[in-house]
Amino acid sequence: MTSSRRNVSCGLLLVWLVIGSFPRAQALPAFARKYGLRCSACHEAWPMLNYFGQKFKDNGYQLMNDRDAPIWQNPSYWPIALRITPFWHRESTDKVAVDSASGTGNQRISVSGFDYSGLDILTAGTLAKNISFQLVPSAEETGDFHIESANVRLDNLFHSPWLNLKLGKFELDNIVSEKRTLTLSANGEEYQIYHFIPVYDANIFGQIGDNQVGVEWMGHSLNDRTRISAALMSSTDGNPDLSYGSNSYSAFVAGSRAFDAGKFGVDRVGFYAMFGEAPTTYRTSGGVVIPGSGIGNKTFHREGFVGLFYFGKLDLQVVTQHGWDSAWFGTGYGGFDPSSGDLVLNNTPGTILPPGTRSPTWNGAFVETHYVVNPQLILIQRSEWVRMSQQALAGTPGELGNIDNYVVGFRWMPIMSSRAGFAWHNEFSWLRLAGLAPDGTDLSSNSVMSGFDFDF
Amino acid sequence: MGRESLPRWWYVGAAVLGLGLPTWSQLTSMQQHEWLNSPAAVSHIGDLTGKAKRAAMDYRRFCVGCHGELGDGNGENAAWLDPKPRDFTLGVFKCRSTPSGTLPTDEDLYDTIARGLDRSNMPVWSTLNRRQLADLVAWIKHFSPRWQKEKAGAPIPIPAEPEVTPERVKQGREVYGKLQCSKCHGVQGTANGPSASTLTDDANRPIVAYNFTDGSRPKCGEGDRDIYRMFMTGLDGTPMPSYADNIQPEEAWDLVFYLRTFQPPNQYNRREKEIARQLALPPVDPNVLPQ
Repeated sequence: MTSSRRNVSCGLLLVWLVIGSFPRAQALPAFARKYGLRCSACHEAWPMLNYFGQKFKDNGYQLMNDRDAPIWQNPSYWPIALRITPFWHRESTDKVAVDSASGTGNQRISVSGFDYSGLDILTAGTLAKNISFQLVPSAEETGDFHIESANVRLDNLFHSPWLNLKLGKFELDNIVSEKRTLTLSANGEEYQIYHFIPVYDANIFGQIGDNQVGVEWMGHSLNDRTRISAALMSSTDGNPDLSYGSNSYSAFVAGSRAFDAGKFGVDRVGFYAMFGEAPTTYRTSGGVVIPGSGIGNKTFHREGFVGLFYFGKLDLQVVTQHGWDSAWFGTGYGGFDPSSGDLVLNNTPGTILPPGTRSPTWNGAFVETHYVVNPQLILIQRSEWVRMSQQALAGTPGELGNIDNYVVGFRWMPIMSSRAGFAWHNEFSWLRLAGLAPDGTDLSSNSVMSGFDFDF
Repeated sequence: MGRESLPRWWYVGAAVLGLGLPTWSQLTSMQQHEWLNSPAAVSHIGDLTGKAKRAAMDYRRFCVGCHGELGDGNGENAAWLDPKPRDFTLGVFKCRSTPSGTLPTDEDLYDTIARGLDRSNMPVWSTLNRRQLADLVAWIKHFSPRWQKEKAGAPIPIPAEPEVTPERVKQGREVYGKLQCSKCHGVQGTANGPSASTLTDDANRPIVAYNFTDGSRPKCGEGDRDIYRMFMTGLDGTPMPSYADNIQPEEAWDLVFYLRTFQPPNQYNRREKEIARQLALPPVDPNVLPQ
């Protein structure tokens, strides 16, 4: 990896840590208001769902009683909730290329200060019995809006819980949901394997943590012990306007089975797989990329196992992943930025890959542990690792791009009524990216945050 | 205008109230803590033994918002709910397999939690496992002094369900008239009888009769045996009495079959609906006095 590329990576990492927006998780006091239940009924600790909450979601935000349809609600009821997090944080990166009188050298840069997250406007509920919706306009800290989710779901078609259809932009059916993660710090906000892209790789389409645009079939048993889903999406990584290839699709399938673990509670094991194709060739006009004109589709896939294990107050979430990208993506083809029109490499007719090029392959896993002291206090730990097993380009160091990520924190929720949620959130996270420092060594950074997370 | 001082008794009364109410609450809390360690604070569901102490966290997580810390039905949401959450301290429960006025069995409470109560805010808690539910049953029992002094009633016998015949459906209609069910439930089961608007529960709160025609689930189960049980045990705390002393088991089954004809088609009433269509039974005449 060239020094300049490393400098850019390092600088971008720092910028991302300092100003990066936290993923806005979903916890809707609107539901609690509608049904008169506390946050803790549906959330192990909000916003993370427990089994009851997962069942509620799988039923289309319905308790499956006579009060599901909005027509039975008080006319003043409005299914909307707002969430934002003011906080203090400190971000530190150990090797940033800094100019000085003696030239450019690596330095640790640490910054701290008060800040606030983006704003989530969470609206979801039912339009009628067995027709549910979700609309989440989301604002960055700067005030720029985007549509995080927008979908309608036809629930229990033909009176069967096995037939639910959703259309729009939605979160993939990850049983361990990143949208409901309990970790908020800059280095701990994401599940790395949900967004992992190898160094030099240009495939942005395989990120299972990003909301996608498509249609989803989902089915579950009445008690939600067994659940299965399949989604077909445009390969746009959730972006609108078919900005990439107009004939490229991806699919995501997931299934899980819960079982009674006696005094420990109800455990669950499952699997997921995402596979699809996306363009690497963009047609141009006057040298400028024609949006949506992508062809030359190449393939990719990710798959893994999921487990939720409860041991009384202690629980573990385990997610694994094996990932594979076409060698074309692995060498940088397909990377087109529709907002700027930038295209680094175009797979035009006659293009051939460098000798020795292979498909990048990797394995990853994380274990997130929660200790629920009581429904108002939860201790959190996550350890995550991603390891490249095959680099695309010959001569690339085998460990380049490997990730180690560790997060610890606690979340105290003195208020968790059916009207609002308030949490004092504290967290430390540490991230190591192998070989990505400007000098080719490992780049590490850490985050500390303490803030008030609230929704109402 | 001169200010008149309040009479001395007023201050004494205020002091008694001011000190007494928190003390009463404290005493209740202490008493309940004691009951938590009593033999009554366990449940037996088949081969499973539920223990109240293990349910503290689940009760706090799932139940306390409505039923309150003391189990008195005064949780933070109670003011907004209709019907009101159950007051466990009274030890009075609608859904029982036991005679009216007696305590329910552990299985009755278990079934109620697992099944939920339609037309109320009580959800289906089937996501809790058997042991969690059994523990919660034990926890509920620690709230009321009744469990310290009384044992659960013996479940009423339910004879085997006879075959549905046109005669039985017709007979059921007679029973419906004889018991004057239409006073509350209406002549066609639509909950619009002349007394429907005046119904109140034991706490004098308005309560509605069950509408058989709207497709909602009966509160205490939707099977034939559940319905049989409901009018033979009554729903304690509500105006729905037990008719165990008024009708014979055969008549009770006839009534079950007739009530099924009111309901929209479901998995239980295909035969009854067919018979009702063939017979074209007129609604009961509310003006005919029972024999």
